[in-house]
Amino acid sequence: MTTTPPAPPKNRTLMRPATVTPTKKKSATWVPPVLVALGIIAIWYLVSYVVLDDKRRFLLPPPHEVFTEAFFQPDVFSDIMVALGRTAVVALVGLAIAMIIGIGWAIAMSQARWIERSTFPYAVILQCIPILALVPLIGFWFGFDYPARIIVCVMIALFPMVSNTLFGLQSVDKGQRELFQLQKASRWTVLTKLEFPAALPAIFAGMRISAGLAVVGAIVGDYFFRRGEPGLGSLISNYQSRVQSAELFAAIITASLFGVLIFILFGWLGKRVVGKWYDFSAS
Amino acid sequence: MSIATPPVAPTTTTDQLLHFDDVAMTFPNGTTALSGVSLTVNRGEFVTVVGPSGCGKSTLLRIASGLTPATEGTTQVDTSRIGYVFQDATLLPWRDVQSNVELLAELNGKPKKERQKTAKEAIDLVGLTGFEKHLPRTLSGGMKMRTSLARSLTLDPELFLFDEPFGALDEITRERLNDELIKLFTEQQFAGLFITHSVSEAVYLSTKVVVMSGRPGKIVDEFPVEFPFPRDPEIRFTAEFAELCGQVSHALREGHH
Repeated sequence: MTTTPPAPPKNRTLMRPATVTPTKKKSATWVPPVLVALGIIAIWYLVSYVVLDDKRRFLLPPPHEVFTEAFFQPDVFSDIMVALGRTAVVALVGLAIAMIIGIGWAIAMSQARWIERSTFPYAVILQCIPILALVPLIGFWFGFDYPARIIVCVMIALFPMVSNTLFGLQSVDKGQRELFQLQKASRWTVLTKLEFPAALPAIFAGMRISAGLAVVGAIVGDYFFRRGEPGLGSLISNYQSRVQSAELFAAIITASLFGVLIFILFGWLGKRVVGKWYDFSAS
Repeated sequence: MSIATPPVAPTTTTDQLLHFDDVAMTFPNGTTALSGVSLTVNRGEFVTVVGPSGCGKSTLLRIASGLTPATEGTTQVDTSRIGYVFQDATLLPWRDVQSNVELLAELNGKPKKERQKTAKEAIDLVGLTGFEKHLPRTLSGGMKMRTSLARSLTLDPELFLFDEPFGALDEITRERLNDELIKLFTEQQFAGLFITHSVSEAVYLSTKVVVMSGRPGKIVDEFPVEFPFPRDPEIRFTAEFAELCGQVSHALREGHH
């Protein structure tokens, strides 16, 4: 028995450098976005106070007014938070449905070429058609409440799930496939032990994109329908028509922050699940 | 250690494990990869095929393993225990060494206890004990190849097919793995069919070197190698070794024209 295997040879190129890079750069990653944020705020103030005169300042109220006039007003704040709760429900339910349909659809396409050939074009079309134009129709067909909002949300969030999962399933290395083929592994075994695990990094990347889109989708439907319990979409639409620009900005910022939050959540989840063996920073 | 010494093969039986008879391979696009190849690999033999890139050497292994059927001729494989080591280690990156080595037994529906045991033995054989919990990304190229080798060893193969397994490794690692392969061959008593484009590797490893010509691949010459097993690494520096390498290289050049 050999006790010590030979030390790794000097051909480090064969190893992914993933294990070495991140720690060093950590402090640097948050600095640039913060600088950009400061820059944006500076320009914002500049436009509010220098470009716009008093009478037109409502077009872009200065940043602090978003807080003093909206976030710090208890009634406005609670309106926004209640609406956020409703939007979050729609976004998360929509995202869950998009994930199930997307992964299921992609698996079906990876198993049978004819399914891919006959249905993938429609996934692309779904991505290309202006969903905004369809929103009123969806309202007529399915009513103007939660189900319709969720349908809009799913339509907007679906494509990245489908395309990423399909790409992941099909990107399995040929040699690995043949390894399974030599043992006469069944399709199911190949799917569960090879294709699906190999696709997980792509699936998580898709989830991250879909998560952001799901928030947009949840708002879009509500924005147009303006019926039932108001979510962020209705709220934005109302603030808009009443020219309450501070409140409008507050609602938009809330929606963006929520989008970022679930984007980060899925990024974190992906790292937890596949980060050990897959290096996201390399892709 | 002279060329006159009779070969000490691991077994004395010479029953046939693999036989190609006039095998040809033409791909659907019309490219002829192999033509009129006849070759036998018996128990106790380690046959190496050298040839220029793209001469269909790998296709020969694919035919032997059943991955691709030949378009002409007959291929006879007299065992179901076939090990196949690919050019890449083809490890599953989400599985650690232990679990990668267990994979084939797992695919063959072996109970967990049994496959853990065979995997452990195989890991031991390739000298990776202590690395069971390591993920492939933390391994060097040589260690990945060892893992791949261990994975095939769990099948307890009678016929072992190698498709340029050490081609991507540096010289030192390659030589070390060659020695370990010889050790495995001596102990495990499989028959080997090894593809390479390195002449010295071919001569060092095998009981017979088969030289193929460029496309379409044909066997142009065969050289028995009669150094005793287990091979002494020092034979690489002997005149006999150099001469045999010279003959093989010459045949390669001839066949290439």
